[in-house]
Amino acid sequence: MNYKFDFGPVIEGLPDLLWGCLGTLGLALAGMVLALVIGIGGVVLRDSPYRGLRWLVIGFVELIRNTPFLVQIYFIFFALPLAGIRLDPTPTAIIALGVNGGAYAIEIIRGGVQSIGKGQIEAGLALGLHKGQVFRLVVLKPALRAIFPSLTSQFILLTLTTSIASAISAYELTSVAQNIENNTFRSFEVYGVVTLLYLAMSWLMMRMFAQVTARHFSYPVK
Amino acid sequence: MTDQAAASPAPMITMQGVNKWFGSFQVLTDINLLVRTGEKIVLCGPSGSGKSTLIRCINHLEPYQGGQIVVDGTRLIEDAGVIDAIRREVGMVFQQFNLFPHLTVLENCVLAPMRSRGVSRAEADATARRLLDRVKILNQADKFPAQLSGGQQQRVAIARALCMEPKVMLFDEPTSALDPEMVKEVLDTMVGLAEDGMTMICVTHEMGFARQVADRVIFMASGVIVEEAAPQDFFGNPRHERTRKFLGEILPRH
Amino acid sequence: MNGSEFLFLLTGLKWTLFLSAIGFVCGAASGLGIALARTSGIRPLEQATAGYIALFQGTPLLMQLFVVYYGLALVGLKLDAWLSVAIGFTLHASAFLGEIWRGSIEAVPKGQTEAAKALSLGYVSRMRDVILPQALRISLPATIGFLVQLIKGTSLAAIVGFTELARAGTIISNQIFKPLLVFGVVGVLYFLICWPLSLYGARLERRLAAASH
Repeated sequence: MNYKFDFGPVIEGLPDLLWGCLGTLGLALAGMVLALVIGIGGVVLRDSPYRGLRWLVIGFVELIRNTPFLVQIYFIFFALPLAGIRLDPTPTAIIALGVNGGAYAIEIIRGGVQSIGKGQIEAGLALGLHKGQVFRLVVLKPALRAIFPSLTSQFILLTLTTSIASAISAYELTSVAQNIENNTFRSFEVYGVVTLLYLAMSWLMMRMFAQVTARHFSYPVK
Repeated sequence: MTDQAAASPAPMITMQGVNKWFGSFQVLTDINLLVRTGEKIVLCGPSGSGKSTLIRCINHLEPYQGGQIVVDGTRLIEDAGVIDAIRREVGMVFQQFNLFPHLTVLENCVLAPMRSRGVSRAEADATARRLLDRVKILNQADKFPAQLSGGQQQRVAIARALCMEPKVMLFDEPTSALDPEMVKEVLDTMVGLAEDGMTMICVTHEMGFARQVADRVIFMASGVIVEEAAPQDFFGNPRHERTRKFLGEILPRH
Repeated sequence: MNGSEFLFLLTGLKWTLFLSAIGFVCGAASGLGIALARTSGIRPLEQATAGYIALFQGTPLLMQLFVVYYGLALVGLKLDAWLSVAIGFTLHASAFLGEIWRGSIEAVPKGQTEAAKALSLGYVSRMRDVILPQALRISLPATIGFLVQLIKGTSLAAIVGFTELARAGTIISNQIFKPLLVFGVVGVLYFLICWPLSLYGARLERRLAAASH
């Protein structure tokens, strides 16, 4: 192997790459917020008394979970203008991420709500708490605890998925890397360093979520 | 005789002609029951006889469709305020304990007094500690439910209900989910409560407990009250064939 | 979209299936090794495989494909695009399947290992005859779930320039200027492959949950 590594262009491009990291985190955060909104709304509709609405939600979840994100983002990218909505690639990517994450969030949140035993609610009511108090004081924390691990790993997964948004040139780390690569042809060095940057981001997120868990959800269960 | 009637304590719970259906299936048929202040009732019967449903109607965990229920002078109607008011006066202990897993023993006990009765933290704390001491579990006050044995959890559940200073206690098969060696500690706690004059309705198959504390034993089957008698009559001279059959199955043979 | 254009998509689909199959089969073979190393009780081996798994779970699949693609070229291997992409998916799958199977090996009750040891079974027999058959059963829903992820993931080979289903879609879309129709059809094709697998996985999961109660 007589290849000479040259990290010069990567070091030169480091400020741009770090901005790209912020772009990635911003994209992921905005996408996750949208995903949670879709998730909560979806759970409400999923258990609504109208059969049509229920099937709509089930169909949405199955469709999204069984097609690639790349196809979804292309579809949304071309569909929005046809629907008269002109958006830059970055907001388009947020919508695609939110829709994708939303389908998974529906399943996760629904599982959390269902994991709370009926007995817990009855015990709260029998003690004279009213419905709002039972939800806030009895149901909420165990439900959050039940969904927190899946929801946060879904968040990390969504963060990694943002790299696919480079396919429509949204502003995030992979696009920035592709620009640097196009100008310098130091492909391996650039993508190697960028891979480590992603690793650092997901590691930091994991640590952060673990701390939240330790602080708020550390009561023992059987 | 009139003297005695005048001296008998005020009614705590009256059920008159109560009917309840799950869909088209009738689970309670024409239930009439009068429980006076300080009385201890043991409710027994085969599974599916409606005994749990009956006591769950008293604090409206189950709605009922016909007849009326009056608790301590308040008629139980479909009104959130009335239901809340009744639930504040009626304590319940469940088969599966239903302690809140994310709260410590002490927090389980002070939650409802503070949030529902508006008692101050200090006062709720003092009451909770006094009652935890009474059920002999004060030394576990800062543990979480999952760290306790089943018997300990059920005693905490009793203390939690008592913290609301209820006028009546409902027990829904409180020892059925316990390992045999833990049944006694819970029953002892209940006997102590009975001796202190608490009004109690206990759904249980612990016939030793019924003999010891019950003023009346009620036998239910298929949603109907079949027999109602003082313990010595109930066990010594059951009138109905179904009661005899049930007792034959449940009591140890000699 | 006429017949020959649709046929082109189907050719892409063929490559998608081929890539998925290679990634899954080769990934499964090496993933088993990783799962065994991860549960071997030999600390350096456990730590190395834990790091390997963390690396693949903590970075985007797209970056993994890029690094493998350019990395192989860099060490002087002039490989076809499909081969280097296949290697990329194999490594990716080995890490994920390794982690799934580690979890299910550890989910087999300790008593099984103890009983096997008490019967004087050696490591190989203990694993092959006692632990792995049970672990495989436990892992099946998650394994099928990952297979669906992998099939969807092969679409990223399109970005590296390999013509599978998603890239075939991009090409046709550029030719006939009907992106919604083309990506709609492409989406349906993926769905027809993935959905039955997902349903099967969910059914197995329910059955497993019912059996353990």
